[in-house]
Amino acid sequence: MAEGNLILTKNLVKIYPMGSSQITALNKVSLAFLAGEFAGLVGPSGSGKTTLLNIIGSLDSPTSGSVEVLGCKIETLSHREAAELRNRSIGFIFQTFNLLPVYTAYENVEFPLLLLKTPAGQRRKMVMDALDWVGLADRAGSRPSQLSGGESQRVAIARAIVKNPELVLADEPTANLDAKNSHNIMKTMVNLNENLQTTFIFATHDEKVMRYLKRKISLNDGKVERDEIFKPEATK
Amino acid sequence: MIIPKLALKNIYGAGLRTWLNVIALSFSFVAIIFLQGLYNGMSDQVEKATMDAQYAGGQYWENDYDPFDPLTLNDAHRKIPDELQKLISEKEAMPILIRQATIYPNGRFQNALLKGIAPEQNILSIPSSVLAPNTESIPALIGSRMAKSTGLKIGDNVTVRWRDANGTFDADEIKIVEVMKTDVSDIDNGQLWIPIEKMRAMMAMPNEATIIVLEKGSQFKTKVDHWQRKDLEFLLQDVRALFLTKSIGGSIFYIVLLLLAMLAIFDTQILSIFRRRKEMGTLMALGMARSKIIQLFTLEGAIHAVLAAVVAAAYGLPLLIHYATTGFGLPQAADSFGYAMGNRIFPMFTAGLVIGTTLLVLIVTTIVSYLPTRRIAKLKPTDALRGKMT
Repeated sequence: MAEGNLILTKNLVKIYPMGSSQITALNKVSLAFLAGEFAGLVGPSGSGKTTLLNIIGSLDSPTSGSVEVLGCKIETLSHREAAELRNRSIGFIFQTFNLLPVYTAYENVEFPLLLLKTPAGQRRKMVMDALDWVGLADRAGSRPSQLSGGESQRVAIARAIVKNPELVLADEPTANLDAKNSHNIMKTMVNLNENLQTTFIFATHDEKVMRYLKRKISLNDGKVERDEIFKPEATK
Repeated sequence: MIIPKLALKNIYGAGLRTWLNVIALSFSFVAIIFLQGLYNGMSDQVEKATMDAQYAGGQYWENDYDPFDPLTLNDAHRKIPDELQKLISEKEAMPILIRQATIYPNGRFQNALLKGIAPEQNILSIPSSVLAPNTESIPALIGSRMAKSTGLKIGDNVTVRWRDANGTFDADEIKIVEVMKTDVSDIDNGQLWIPIEKMRAMMAMPNEATIIVLEKGSQFKTKVDHWQRKDLEFLLQDVRALFLTKSIGGSIFYIVLLLLAMLAIFDTQILSIFRRRKEMGTLMALGMARSKIIQLFTLEGAIHAVLAAVVAAAYGLPLLIHYATTGFGLPQAADSFGYAMGNRIFPMFTAGLVIGTTLLVLIVTTIVSYLPTRRIAKLKPTDALRGKMT
């Protein structure tokens, strides 16, 4: 991996069998991401952005090509090693929040730290810090069913960042939120990126998100069409 | 320790769904234990009643005696040997003389067994003391089944005809002095109990007997010429065989109940895995290994069984104790079941039964909980997150 690259993909191909035919979701995608980036994979539905995000997050494996994330070759990882990588270094934010329904906001945020076997005292501080970051310390005892969409997504962000991961992958994080909440969420993530140097990669086709991106990679039919780096409009 | 904590939290968080499963499973616990306790109680009760009224501590049979062949009764009588007579004198044994006879109740004739018993005996729970008054007539004690089949009642006289030791036919009137209610039909059906001394005189068989009944707990095992020692193992074998057959039937119930319980757990697990696949995807995305997720779901199933055992204990123990002390009423028709059972069965719940059943259900539940979770091993995180099952 070239020095400074957090993620490096080379000729990445992902083909899904679909009955008797096949669908090429990614077609020879080669990309590199540096630590501290705030980048987005954009494009229409079916362009391959979620597939690429899943492969980078070691949730899926490529059909061919190579992906190196934080020094780990994703295509060679076992299930257990991939789980360890996700647990240790990668935070996920989903479109539908994916909070564990029977846990409180506090317990949802605490969960990754339990898997990491973080000591109780340290765990409590980290959870409260994360909830503070997203402005939900006062809702720590609420269950997901008692939270609004914006609050739920903020809890999901707190859960993604609580372990101070090097990389946060966000798949359509604002798709289920109104404009005001979308901006709040994006501002929260920009702050985290700037203050903690956490790398964020989004998969989105939401214009509200794109305004905050520092790098925009446009995908179409599984291929990289454009890779642009610019000063985001929202922070101008 | 994270897996047990998470499992408990998930079970607690599932609320009513958990409790419905737990209650359904607890019914199986209680039903299985109750059913087995009922069979144990029945078996124990029948053995005890049979021993009390018929076998006591074992018997000596005259060599020719075969209770299943009435023709042997003609020769099955012999003078009581000294070693057995000594036991009788010390009230550690009692003789019974058995002969065939014909009775003529209400103008009909009917074959019957005459059984001579010492009125003062207290080895068998037969109210033989009613035969004690020394009157001119021959007092007889019959069971309620015999009374019903012959139409005889207390105070009735009935003609009895017999053959004595010399083959001479003779007849006399006997008087019914008591109708006893007994659970043991083998001392009732077709039998008349009369004082042994009178019977010996009638049969011209002085100091003779057909069987000698030893007192309970008797250790007397001496070999006696022309007499065969029959221990309780032998005497109770028919009763035990009968209950073995019954308990095989009971085991089928046991297995059906266990299968129903397992079906409930299996169904819950399948449903849970199907319904919670997105949650599993989230757990995988958060870095939980598949093996841990399998452990989590298996443990959740097993905890259902543990909770069911606790719930079953909460309402089942008082219920079982109640039935163990007050018994379980049987319909009148129960008399025709063919074994010595009272109007009430007292279920017997041993610690072994309760602990054994609980452990068995826990182990089987854990295995059944594990089986559906194997599907998780094949689950792709991306499919799980999309709510798909691979």
